[in-house]
Amino acid sequence: MNDLFIIPVIKLLVVFGVCLTIIAYITWLERKALGHFQLRYGPMRVGWHGLLQPIADGVKNIFKEEVVPENADRAVFVMAPVISISVAVILLALIPFGDAITIFGKKINLYLSNPSIGILFILGFATIGSYGTILGGWSSGNKYGYMGGLRASAMIISYELSMAFAVISIIMVSGSFSLVDMVAAQHNLWNIVREPVAFFVFFISGIAELNRIPFDMPEAESELCCGYNIEYSSMKFALFFLAEYTHLFVFASLVTTLFLGGWHGPFLPGVVWFFLKTFIIIFICIWVRATIPRLRYDKVMKLEWKFLLPVAIANVIATGVVMILLG
Amino acid sequence: MEKSEIIVVSKGRAEKGHYVTPFLKGLGYTLGNFFRKPVTIQYPDEKTERSARWRGLHRLNVDEKGDLKCVACGLCAAICPSHAITLVPYEEEGKTRYPVKFEVDELRCVFCGFCQEACPKGAISLTEVYDYVDYSRKDFLFDIEILKTTGRSRI
Repeated sequence: MNDLFIIPVIKLLVVFGVCLTIIAYITWLERKALGHFQLRYGPMRVGWHGLLQPIADGVKNIFKEEVVPENADRAVFVMAPVISISVAVILLALIPFGDAITIFGKKINLYLSNPSIGILFILGFATIGSYGTILGGWSSGNKYGYMGGLRASAMIISYELSMAFAVISIIMVSGSFSLVDMVAAQHNLWNIVREPVAFFVFFISGIAELNRIPFDMPEAESELCCGYNIEYSSMKFALFFLAEYTHLFVFASLVTTLFLGGWHGPFLPGVVWFFLKTFIIIFICIWVRATIPRLRYDKVMKLEWKFLLPVAIANVIATGVVMILLG
Repeated sequence: MEKSEIIVVSKGRAEKGHYVTPFLKGLGYTLGNFFRKPVTIQYPDEKTERSARWRGLHRLNVDEKGDLKCVACGLCAAICPSHAITLVPYEEEGKTRYPVKFEVDELRCVFCGFCQEACPKGAISLTEVYDYVDYSRKDFLFDIEILKTTGRSRI
């Protein structure tokens, strides 16, 4: 009875502690990396090279004044960031961080849960997370926020399709929905070699799902004055912000798990390889952010419906044909 | 219809997919930036260098005996384009003329250096000091005592 609860609770605390700290420091990494890409330093004053900056941001957000506009729908206004952050953090429970380890003679799996519908659960919950964006934009009572929310909703439901088709081809190759099985199926060949087109489609769709540049129409800082989070102050804004970076971390972990072989790697333990690959993907996302201008909204829709979705569907069909031909 | 009568509206428009190569070149350029040293100068820990002739705050020069070189001729006040210098001379019989009141309004000054060029005695010169701050406009009327000690701390 004790065994049944103690180990999962300890795993829960460790995973959430480590992952939430990493996510807070992804904000630091983003500011520093963006700065260096733009030939400047990032934060330098708060601690050595700005390492205490996330803590300073957290403290500032706690002490700021909470403003609820008069035109806002109060219940929905308060619920929207809560939906965003809670759904984003739930997704951390399914990621396989490494191989099974043995501590004190007990074999411990380095994931919090392994449902048989693993990847479907993640895709579903990521879509529920977009409710936070849409409701936040609508409930602000502000036309800029409303426009941001509308654009976000249209973009997110469009890019879900190509993302799902890329995932379908990986499911066909691995033979199972569960993430742990997908990692196990890659122990001699990474999926990126088997399915390069699916990687390409998944990566682009993922960046669009995260509302990052080049697809950050919903929160365009100069055009829409921050879009859907224009009326949010202090802690609610911090929750939206953290939810976005949590989704970024989960997306990078998904790319690692689905395409880059998860925690497989030659000499180092699995956990180290996993985090190394995840950080490389996050670095590439930040690099793309530093380079490309924002896509216009109709170009975003055109890219998805006229290019990514046909490519993804063709990839699924081709994967099926090759699998039948190879037996 | 002649070929010259046809109006070409979109000439040189990029074909579909011709943004991939510039995109990759852009990525390469940004990555190159990442490995270069940033151009930021971390003020106030590091400061930019100024040449010796850089025009900053005024200083009234003194000679070996400790008296002001200024003879209150009024050339600097006459040539100043923003009328920043106020000068009241005093002359006794048989002794050198000297300024009783010499006041520079640093907020009016445009740091052109004309007063430095016009002075026949080399009594006023513009130093490299630029970071003087204060709380009210009155405190920026620098008189003789302050101007004699420019560049040295006056605690």
